[in-house]
Amino acid sequence: MVTTTPGAAQAEQAAPAHHAPTALEAELRALAGSVPDPELPVLTLAELGVLRSVRVSGTGHVDVELTPTYTGCPAIEAMSTDIEQVLREHGRDDVSVRTVLSPAWSTDDISAEGRRKLAEFGIAPPRPHAADGPVPLSLTVRCPHCGSTDTELLSRFSSTACKALRRCVSCREPFDHFKEL
Amino acid sequence: MTPAAVPPAPVTPASPETGTASPADGAPALHAAALALGDDALVLSHRLGEWAGHAPVLEEEVALANIALDLLGQARVLLSLVDDEDELAYLREERAFRNLQLVEQPNGDFAQTIARQLYFSVYQNLLYGQLADTESPLAPLAAKAGKEVAYHQDHAEQWTIRLGDGTAESHERMERGLDALWRFTGEMFQPVPGLDLDWQALREQWTARVTEVLEKATLGVPEGPQSGAWAAGAGREGLHTESFGRMLAEMQHLHRSHPGASW
Repeated sequence: MVTTTPGAAQAEQAAPAHHAPTALEAELRALAGSVPDPELPVLTLAELGVLRSVRVSGTGHVDVELTPTYTGCPAIEAMSTDIEQVLREHGRDDVSVRTVLSPAWSTDDISAEGRRKLAEFGIAPPRPHAADGPVPLSLTVRCPHCGSTDTELLSRFSSTACKALRRCVSCREPFDHFKEL
Repeated sequence: MTPAAVPPAPVTPASPETGTASPADGAPALHAAALALGDDALVLSHRLGEWAGHAPVLEEEVALANIALDLLGQARVLLSLVDDEDELAYLREERAFRNLQLVEQPNGDFAQTIARQLYFSVYQNLLYGQLADTESPLAPLAAKAGKEVAYHQDHAEQWTIRLGDGTAESHERMERGLDALWRFTGEMFQPVPGLDLDWQALREQWTARVTEVLEKATLGVPEGPQSGAWAAGAGREGLHTESFGRMLAEMQHLHRSHPGASW
């Protein structure tokens, strides 16, 4: 069910050149990538674009590289545990999950399917980046409930660091917006 | 950093001498730099966390907690480069901390917290921006965290403008907060060993940005010296202000009372 996201492909290119993934590595990556995000369970880790690589050494050790959305994201530990568990259920006991910071995760790493699911879940997906830095807050964010572009910012930080709180002026519903990073 | 259980570190409070890395570690300058920046992030994170339950509105409570969480994440990465993160955070004495005196200043009212946020987030964003373009092992963290700090800066700038250009009361309080903390701003531009940055450019860019924001906020740039009667750079040398000891006592007491406890 896991498709390779544009962001993940980009991350692989940016990483040091390693061997092409074996069939086993691809299979394990699909398994790890299918783990739901602990805070946004509508998204898989693959769709979120945080799974960087899965490698199997000659001794059968599985090395997973994961990148945090935010440096302080508390979900990263739950993600690591969930990945270890799903791989263990498929017979891989020797697993280590490492956190890598570079290249830094960007909301552009969220797949198209991931964005669609976010909107369906009631969270306005992040807008694509034009340049470095935050997208100017004056740009329109569309209401995920009624589709109106007439929305206003209530707070730059919402239920989690990665979201801002907004309100739709048309339908009056408040909603979360996944901030561009 | 990893979910693997880390055995509790031996309870040996670090003395000021061991607060920074020893030359035997091979990278004393890098460790000193990571400690300085890590302590900035850790201490400010704790101060912002003190707003939990006390912020003027719920949205700001959440915003300050989220900024604190970002800073805590930076602190964990940076301190882990030096040694065991918990030991460094919870078992060092006051004199072993290398943070700026600015970040340890009490929250004051909301305006004073915003003033501290303005001064520090503009500085941190510029510093991380420069650091991200170096070959330093800290560059990946700087690149990552810089994107988060851009939001902290935006938050502080928007509030500075809103309070400065708001009511007579909010204007006066914002001005008071900016004035009270001005004497701690000079220390930010004291070169940190292990960070190969253009500190003069940092100071110029910081001054230009803060001036621009304060003008928009109908506020003046504070007058007076940017350091106290003591030499600027005191915090980086382990000399701290009176309230820092009380903050540390609260931050560290649980870990010191129950070493190795977990839940």
